[in-house]
Amino acid sequence: MSAVAAHADVEAHVAEADYQERTRRNRLGLWLFFVSELFMFGGLLVARFYLWRENGEIVRPELDQNLGLIITSILLLSSYFMNRAEVAIAHNDRTNFLVSLLITAALGTVFLVGVVVFEWGAHLRPWDGVFGAVLFGMTGMHALHVLSGIILILNVWWLGTKGHFSAEEHWGVEACAIYWHYVDLIWIFFYPALYLIGRAVPA
Amino acid sequence: MTLFSLGLVRGIIGQVIAFLAGMALVVVIRALMGLPAWAAEPAWVVGGLVSIVGFLVGVGALSDWLKWIRGEETPLRHGPPEGKPAWVRYFEVDYNHKVIGVQYTVWGLFLLMTGGFFALAFRTELVQAGIQFLGYDLFNSFIGLHGIVMIAAILLGVGGMANYLVPLMIGAEDMAFPRLNALGFWINVPGTLLILLSLVVGGWDAGWTGYPPLSARGPIGYQLFFLGVYAVGLSSIVGSINLIVTTLRMRSKGMSLFRMPIFVWAVFATSLIQLTATQLIGLSFLMVLVERVLGMGFFDPGVAGPGQQLMEGGGDPLLFQHLFWFYSHPAVYIFILPGLGIISELLPVFARKPLFGYKWIAMSSLAIALVGFLVWAHHMFVSGMNPDLRIPFMFSTLLVAVPTGVKFFSWVGTLWGGKLHFPTPMLFVLGAISVFLIGGLTGPMLATVTTDIPLHDTYFVVGHFHATMFGGFVFPFFAALYYWYPKVTGRMYNETLGKIHFWIMTPAFWVQTLGQMTTGMMGMRRRIADYDPTLGAGNIEAVHLVITLAGFAIALGVVLMVYNFIQSAEVGARAGVNPWRSRSPEWQIPSPVPEHSFPSPLRVVGEPYDYGRPGAYVALGAAGDD
Ligand code: HEM
Ligand SMILES: [Cu+2]
Repeated sequence: MSAVAAHADVEAHVAEADYQERTRRNRLGLWLFFVSELFMFGGLLVARFYLWRENGEIVRPELDQNLGLIITSILLLSSYFMNRAEVAIAHNDRTNFLVSLLITAALGTVFLVGVVVFEWGAHLRPWDGVFGAVLFGMTGMHALHVLSGIILILNVWWLGTKGHFSAEEHWGVEACAIYWHYVDLIWIFFYPALYLIGRAVPA
Repeated sequence: MTLFSLGLVRGIIGQVIAFLAGMALVVVIRALMGLPAWAAEPAWVVGGLVSIVGFLVGVGALSDWLKWIRGEETPLRHGPPEGKPAWVRYFEVDYNHKVIGVQYTVWGLFLLMTGGFFALAFRTELVQAGIQFLGYDLFNSFIGLHGIVMIAAILLGVGGMANYLVPLMIGAEDMAFPRLNALGFWINVPGTLLILLSLVVGGWDAGWTGYPPLSARGPIGYQLFFLGVYAVGLSSIVGSINLIVTTLRMRSKGMSLFRMPIFVWAVFATSLIQLTATQLIGLSFLMVLVERVLGMGFFDPGVAGPGQQLMEGGGDPLLFQHLFWFYSHPAVYIFILPGLGIISELLPVFARKPLFGYKWIAMSSLAIALVGFLVWAHHMFVSGMNPDLRIPFMFSTLLVAVPTGVKFFSWVGTLWGGKLHFPTPMLFVLGAISVFLIGGLTGPMLATVTTDIPLHDTYFVVGHFHATMFGGFVFPFFAALYYWYPKVTGRMYNETLGKIHFWIMTPAFWVQTLGQMTTGMMGMRRRIADYDPTLGAGNIEAVHLVITLAGFAIALGVVLMVYNFIQSAEVGARAGVNPWRSRSPEWQIPSPVPEHSFPSPLRVVGEPYDYGRPGAYVALGAAGDD
């Protein structure tokens, strides 16, 4: 039984969509993916405000405020360089493009180290009640996204050194950039939820 | 041709190898950390997670992406694999949406029968009070497996119909992202295998909802269940992205949104739910998973810390229920909206009459999808949540009846005064309406707080949702299988066997669902292996026997259908292009549909459902002026 008759020869008439149309589809697809992920991150925020309460009052564990401020600033700064990389490739400025990518990846790594080494290394542990659970759950899920973003950036950088991407055709760069901004945006919601909102209680 | 050249076989081998590799990784890391090297739970979790990737690599679903990472171009491959028989492509990664649609459908049918097997097993156990042959643990595992395997089967069946039909119906050459489409199908296979594998590590006993604290403390089987559901959920998400982009960007000339076949609207609304809500079941299961592995206190008030000592200040099980039902209520609309779309799609064909209120139907699908997000706590009326929340959730739930009612009116309006024909697909459509009606009518009884309090957690609920799912998915799905079978295979199914299937299954199903409601009213609780034989003035065993017999009859019907399909693929009469005299695009091209569906771009020249009126809906070839 063959449900699809084979006509491998009649290829010519089905012109593959051109680059522009394919990019429009890709862009829509990527944004839909963000919408989807928004619900997952939203669920984590719900968990945070549901569980970090004491007698109806919103609380938070005492965390290192300096650390939080520094890593947040670094991540925001990295988004600037990501944007610079995208603008650079749109103007065919390859050196600037590659350098900006590396700076973005480096800043992202500093952020990751800040979370994984310093924040996770401080006093709270995952099994320390709701404080530990939510802190590690939220930062862990976010860190996974940062990590995948860094890998993506390095991949784009590597392809860039091999001469891929041009001013006209650089969907790969664009995708990587919006993803990075998106991950950044999520942190803008996570940072106050973890570090600022509610009364600090000793964890 | 060796067995190894089948993608499915390579995938399974890859899965096994990756499973072992993942376990070994855990052992090594633990040894390096100075912990006891073997710990079953993390080993199974990491092994299971890695095994999903192992399958995908083995089957070849990631090959093109791995090349993209290296900057290589990968042109889309068309046609059957070279140097292998044509049927092999169904067991391989293939990018043609028609092949993927068939793959989804067949795997869905396989799961439907697997899930049915679990049901028949525990139904047999329930014929008599007491325990006869399934122990308590196995009974509980089977209950949960029946539920989740059936849900996966439904999701795959929906995916099958959507993938095969949507591009054909809107005149697109394929889906927007063919590689993602193939991934979306194949990730289901390791996922469902993990779910079944959970039986060998103790199963899981909380039912398909997996409520903690029970699920946070039960056997390791839970972890494989969570991972498997996660994989199936990923399939829903990537599949919905693909369908939304395809529908929005790839419609043929002249196909405005309100000229799309109504099934495409239904799939579009479904995809919006799948895209968003699925994340929440994934998240809630993931949270239980890490709660178990790392002792994180999300849901279990007395969470087990490292070394299993109970820790203070654990989480809240109600949070799980909120997150879980935020997906799982909308999920029921994922199950039924495509099916309701099939009903609306087929009725005009067999009534030879326009669809009554096209725009209302299209909008009602969207309305159901949106309102469906506001009702989740009707599953939690007796959970101990804030009682003030019950009234708003009661009202929002009852509100769903409005768009659902719109659909019923439209169906009746379409049938009214039509020239009705009754081949098997039409019978199943009418059966679907009748069955969905009972499901729909029992919904408001459960949505009303006062009546739900005694009915909650009884077989009445079981009867309710079987009626909605059979009416909203199973019957329309079978109608769709019979209806598009000639398009997919080029041959006609055996009409007599099809009718026998219908006349066995429909009365049997009515008996089953009404029987379930009856035992519920007698006081039969859900998910209980044993029960008090004096319930219902001593009649409960008799009712259970009747339900079980009805269940076997339904299974017989399904087997007949599968036999019919396999048999007719060889000996069925040639179907021709358009046996049902449909106006829809897929019926204007040859059966089976060629590799590239449309010989020339499709143009829309009329309205989709103007049956009994002159003029066509679509035309092929250039019109000259455009
Ligand atoms: C008129 C529309 C509907 C209303 C008002 C409604 C209402 C309800 C309510 C209030 C419950 C909770 C009962 C309880 O646990 O005490 C329930 C359970 C359920 N309903 Fe519906 N329902 C409707 C349609 C549907 C549809 C269309 C489906 C599926 C296709 C469905 C599937 C389910 C399932 C699966 C459960 C049980 C979940 C579980 O606890 O395992 N319902 N329904
Ligand atoms: Cu519900």
